[in-house]
Amino acid sequence: MFALEALGASTLDLLAFSPPGWGATLLRGLWNSVQIATGAYALGALIGIAGAYGKLYGSPVTKDLLAVYTTVVRAVPELVLILILYFAVADAVNQVILALGGSRIEINGVAAGIAVLGVVQGAYATEVLRGAILAVPAGQIEAARAMGMSPILLARRITMPLMLSFAIPGLANLWLVATKDTALLAVVGFAELTQATRQAASTTKAFFTFYAAAGVLYLILSIASTILFSRIEKWARRGQRRMGG
Amino acid sequence: MLKELMIPRRLVMLAIAAFLIGLCIAYGRWDWLAVPKYQKMMLTGIWNTVTLLVLTMIIGMALAIPLGLAQAVGPWYLARPAQAFCGLIRGTPLLLQLFLLYYGIGSLFPGIPGIRDSIFWPILRDAWYFGVFGLSLSVAGYEGEVMRGAFKGVPHGQLEAATAMGMPPVTLFRRIWLPQALHRVLPTLGGETVLQMKCTPLVAMITVMDIYAVSSRVRAETLIVYEPLLMLAVVYLAITGVIVTLFRWFERRVPTRTA
Repeated sequence: MFALEALGASTLDLLAFSPPGWGATLLRGLWNSVQIATGAYALGALIGIAGAYGKLYGSPVTKDLLAVYTTVVRAVPELVLILILYFAVADAVNQVILALGGSRIEINGVAAGIAVLGVVQGAYATEVLRGAILAVPAGQIEAARAMGMSPILLARRITMPLMLSFAIPGLANLWLVATKDTALLAVVGFAELTQATRQAASTTKAFFTFYAAAGVLYLILSIASTILFSRIEKWARRGQRRMGG
Repeated sequence: MLKELMIPRRLVMLAIAAFLIGLCIAYGRWDWLAVPKYQKMMLTGIWNTVTLLVLTMIIGMALAIPLGLAQAVGPWYLARPAQAFCGLIRGTPLLLQLFLLYYGIGSLFPGIPGIRDSIFWPILRDAWYFGVFGLSLSVAGYEGEVMRGAFKGVPHGQLEAATAMGMPPVTLFRRIWLPQALHRVLPTLGGETVLQMKCTPLVAMITVMDIYAVSSRVRAETLIVYEPLLMLAVVYLAITGVIVTLFRWFERRVPTRTA
């Protein structure tokens, strides 16, 4: 126990913001993580909406292809997908640039992270949104069709608002997964929170202090998100009759 | 299953897929698969991954049952800590938890006097045990939440009937409550096992030699970028297939009455 206390007391000032301390590095890492998570989540939601509509109303070939996409992405570890997609995306971009007569470039870490995690998120979002759209009472959609609404107007005015309340719990979960999955980008050396922590810890040898501090930062992020999403869910359920009274 | 594949458009898609796989095999570099050293490493890696998965699921579920019970019906001094534990595990990335355990807490151990001479030292030094410990805690955190819902979901009448029959609480738990709760989680448990399988490669980051670490080693030694990763994806797809089939078979064995 005394070892723990001694380490804790002597290493806490390493978390200070000014240069001998690593606090600013950690916060920059957190900011990078939040940026990537937000971008990947948005991209995932777009893929998810397209995927859900494709799975429900698409042609048979579209449905089959989407089934392959969601099954493969959900069956292979994110870590492996990130590596495959990261190298594949970097290679593809460089091939295009080389073909156009340019020279090889280093891929922007944030953009690559967003693209890779977005594709992973998209598969899960597809399933969540598909379930939510299926939960919308068929009568509502039929009524809108009978009124002569165009498919886009129907989606915007009827399906989307109604399915939102069913989708929010699943989407909230996905956001938490997105924030935690950013940690995996540490394996490709991107300076998000976990990687920044690893650097700080291995430089100062204060492993426990830094990993615990990063844990607290992640925890604050997840608790704040949970509170935010419960607000959003309440908003999405406005005007709905409450179950059981 | 086979009949579903025999539709013309699916046959065309299968043909295209076979063509793409053929291209991969023809133009990719697969010579490393023939090296006996790598074959042996891959077998050990797959064995380690599967052992890790089975072991941590069993330990984790054993911890999740009391955690779920404490949250569902426990007094506040049990429910609060259980909730805090689940929140902590679910709110932070597993990679960070593993780093914290292995590099953080692991680095504190040598500071304790006399520990190097104790019988625990080989265990406290070995990344494998840290991996098992970290992944088990993760299962416990996530499944504790699932079990809470399952315990709460068992119809009250069942428990009242058992009490009315004069069952002591322990028998009631063993014969009525736990089996019905487990029955409820069985469909989700398959999915959770797949999720857990997808967490196992993270232990490679703390130097455990699982199949992911093997592929990284092959990539580092042979400088081949994609092929070991594709092999990895195929291995994980196969393990997922086995898990899904096993759970489907298991679910069919358990009788369900649908109203």
